[in-house]
Amino acid sequence: MTDWTDIGALEDIPERGARIIKTHIGCIAIFRTAENEVFAIDDACPHKGGPLSEGIVHGRSVTCPLHNMVLRLDTGLAQGADSGAVNTYATRIDGGRILLDTTQLRRERVA
Amino acid sequence: MTRNLIVIGAGMASGRMLEHLFETQPGVWNVTLFNAEPRGNYNRLMLSPVLAGDKTYAEIVTHDADWYESHGVTCRFGEKVLRIDREAQVVVGENGAVPYDRVVIATGSNPFMIPLPGHDLEGVIPYRDLDDTETMMALGARPGARAIVIGGGLLGLEAAAGMKAQGVDVTVIHVMGHLMERQLDEAAGYLLKKSLEEKGINVLTSANSQEILGTDGRVSGLRLDDGTELPCDLLVMAVGIRPNVALAQEAGLAVGRGIHVDDAMVTSDANILALGECVEHQGAVFGLVAPLYDQAKVAAETLGGRPAAFTPKEVATKLKVTGCDLFSAGDFAEGEGREDIVFRDPARGVYKRLVLEGSRLIGAVMYGDTGDGAWFHGLIKDHSDVSDMRDTLIFGPAFQGGAPSDPLAAVAALPGDAEICGCNGICKSTIVDAINGGATTLSDVRAQTKASASCGTCTGLVEQVMALTLGDGFEAQTVKPMCPCTPLTHMDVRRLIKSRALKSMAAVMQECGWTTSCGCASCRPALNYYLLCDWPGEYQDDDQSRFVNERMHSNIQKDGTYSVVPRMWGGITTPDELRAIADAADKYAVQTVKVTGGQRIDLLGVKKQDLPDIWADLNAAGMVSGQAYAKGLRTVKTCVGSDHCRFGTQDSTGLGIRMEKALWGSWTPAKVKMAVSGCPRNCAESTCKDVGVICVDSGYVLHIGGAAGLHIQGTEVMCTVRTEDEVLEYTAAVVQLYREEAAYLERMYKWMDNVGLDHIVERVVTDADSRRALADRFYYAQKFMQQDPWAERTKPAYRALYAPLADLTLEAAE
Repeated sequence: MTDWTDIGALEDIPERGARIIKTHIGCIAIFRTAENEVFAIDDACPHKGGPLSEGIVHGRSVTCPLHNMVLRLDTGLAQGADSGAVNTYATRIDGGRILLDTTQLRRERVA
Repeated sequence: MTRNLIVIGAGMASGRMLEHLFETQPGVWNVTLFNAEPRGNYNRLMLSPVLAGDKTYAEIVTHDADWYESHGVTCRFGEKVLRIDREAQVVVGENGAVPYDRVVIATGSNPFMIPLPGHDLEGVIPYRDLDDTETMMALGARPGARAIVIGGGLLGLEAAAGMKAQGVDVTVIHVMGHLMERQLDEAAGYLLKKSLEEKGINVLTSANSQEILGTDGRVSGLRLDDGTELPCDLLVMAVGIRPNVALAQEAGLAVGRGIHVDDAMVTSDANILALGECVEHQGAVFGLVAPLYDQAKVAAETLGGRPAAFTPKEVATKLKVTGCDLFSAGDFAEGEGREDIVFRDPARGVYKRLVLEGSRLIGAVMYGDTGDGAWFHGLIKDHSDVSDMRDTLIFGPAFQGGAPSDPLAAVAALPGDAEICGCNGICKSTIVDAINGGATTLSDVRAQTKASASCGTCTGLVEQVMALTLGDGFEAQTVKPMCPCTPLTHMDVRRLIKSRALKSMAAVMQECGWTTSCGCASCRPALNYYLLCDWPGEYQDDDQSRFVNERMHSNIQKDGTYSVVPRMWGGITTPDELRAIADAADKYAVQTVKVTGGQRIDLLGVKKQDLPDIWADLNAAGMVSGQAYAKGLRTVKTCVGSDHCRFGTQDSTGLGIRMEKALWGSWTPAKVKMAVSGCPRNCAESTCKDVGVICVDSGYVLHIGGAAGLHIQGTEVMCTVRTEDEVLEYTAAVVQLYREEAAYLERMYKWMDNVGLDHIVERVVTDADSRRALADRFYYAQKFMQQDPWAERTKPAYRALYAPLADLTLEAAE
């Protein structure tokens, strides 16, 4: 089951940019690509916890602002020679609004 | 026995459905056709050719009065349907009710009108039907008529091109960064904009409309949110469509964005079908014609009681504007397991991008040469396995068949007169002759033949010719390309930006043949700097292509907090400033207050959401951003000089402040630190700065190219001057030369190593005209650069970006 929660408008996020949302399990970074796709991943780089929401977005990847680790926005996996991953969260866009599947947040809370 | 069918809406979808119906079920249906427009079915897609004068209305009518009569269709055109009474099974029109066995709703969509102030003025129209088309055509008859089109999508651009063809002066306003962003990527959008502009259509992207202006109830212009006012006689809004669901909603049918239908095109009432732009199927709504024709066929089958299912297919888009050849199909977003194949031919203005997933082609965008569009679209639709031809796929069907080609073999097979370098018209044999004549390196070949010496995109080909000719004797060039997106070096790209007047990132990526669609984290900040440096006042700084510190105007710390450094001109502060800094440190619970090596105070550990507030407080106390994060002027460090020091020879603090006030705000390839020492004892450490001044009795010694970081390097003396004014002119000139010539991230000493001190002395010291020109260019650019980023970012429009998009901590706890 999915639980879609409206978290804001697509245009609230700059193109090739990100904003964060606060949750009880920590901050989640919401990215908007040049192609107007939206992705949600943990806002903490697996390397040293850098805020990924402040990185440069290119294609479907983001480069961490602290030490340049590159992560895929859709899979959460580190690219190139680096290894590591962040959690990803399902999103969709409906009529210009961004919806986030919050069931995963709840599961983590129960666990 | 005939059955009663009522069709509401005479659009393209319902017209096609009626054709199928009369063909497969002749004599079965007694059809009544309602249409709010006072005419029957015509090909709405062909309105643009009508507007452009390529076709007449009569030519685009799909069904005329004779056709309706011969099929016994009762036409009730110009009559609105008031409601569908599902209990009594009648459709009630303005002129009376009609009983039905089945209803097909094909009410289409309404153009969306942005509710801007003034949207109800006369002369503000959508682009939807023949009346709108005629209004636009009528405008062409007025000499000097001006029109504005809001919306740079398919329809808006066709409207703009159509009016232009009628002689109207047209401006397109588009809110997104590039045209047709739903069908095109940025590169193709750039080429489209370029060819529209060549046709004389003005195109403004990233433009927000604020208010439609009018006089005496009639439109007279448009104001944008940046204050620009554009006069016009007609304003066309082409920003999108909304499915027309009112009738269905009133009848109590299930409705979302559109009227809900199942695969058989049946609504939540088994006797009522819907099709066309008014429906929603599996969450999708439809604006292009191909799926509507499929729906028409399915609806006709369903009415005949035969099973049929509508399955959405990949659709292709082509713009019907003469001279703008573009094609897009499928899904061209990047993704895991997806691969891009990009082909650019800058000389011909061609851009092609294929997106592959596994062994299948799933998307294609093309501009300039779309001849193979249908073939690619076929591969996408049929889910064809393309793995055998992937290396040559982008060259189209003509290139397929036969053994997969080895690129070297292909070059070997080229005849001697085949052109290798398009810019300079150099053919293969010329290059081979040069190599046989002793040219063994790429730069030899470039020097002797000019091949690949202009735009550089044929460098790979030239190298292949060299590899073939020299065999094992060939060593590929070792010059490092700028990044994996391009074979060009930083210097190649800088040269091309200037020589070809490339003024946007999309322009650079297209004209220099970038192999990626939107660059990477390494080339984007560099390009942003080059464009900003070379086109002051023209290029719009792109925040999203800046590293975090410059985007946030603060230095990010390892825990994700930021540091805030107010500017202290020449390292001089006052008790009032110190009090304001202390207050701010208390108020925002600053973790650490540190005095920096550049004579500034650093407030460390400020949370992102507090940044606009702390900046506003410091602004209110008269301080501005110290730009301690910038690839730009950081600090001018000074000693106390002749004001207080018994050894001081000149007013070193006063000069330092003057320099800092003149030079702050300018972006440079890497950080720039300066210092002014009042005597050769050099207390301000001028001899390890990018630009250092040492005051002596007779004047000022100017040092350049020092550094004291990873690399320790003393300065070199550039010259000695007599007055403070000269210090300023020479400093501005040397900084400008550095800005124009260095590669991004290259410190001044590194640049000096590459170009040599003599070159700098020649341009800045010996040649006075060159110095003045450099200083003039520097100060011209400063007009656009010297804006305090804090003051800008404490404005409400910016503030929101520093706050979280949403806070779900409470929601999840419920």
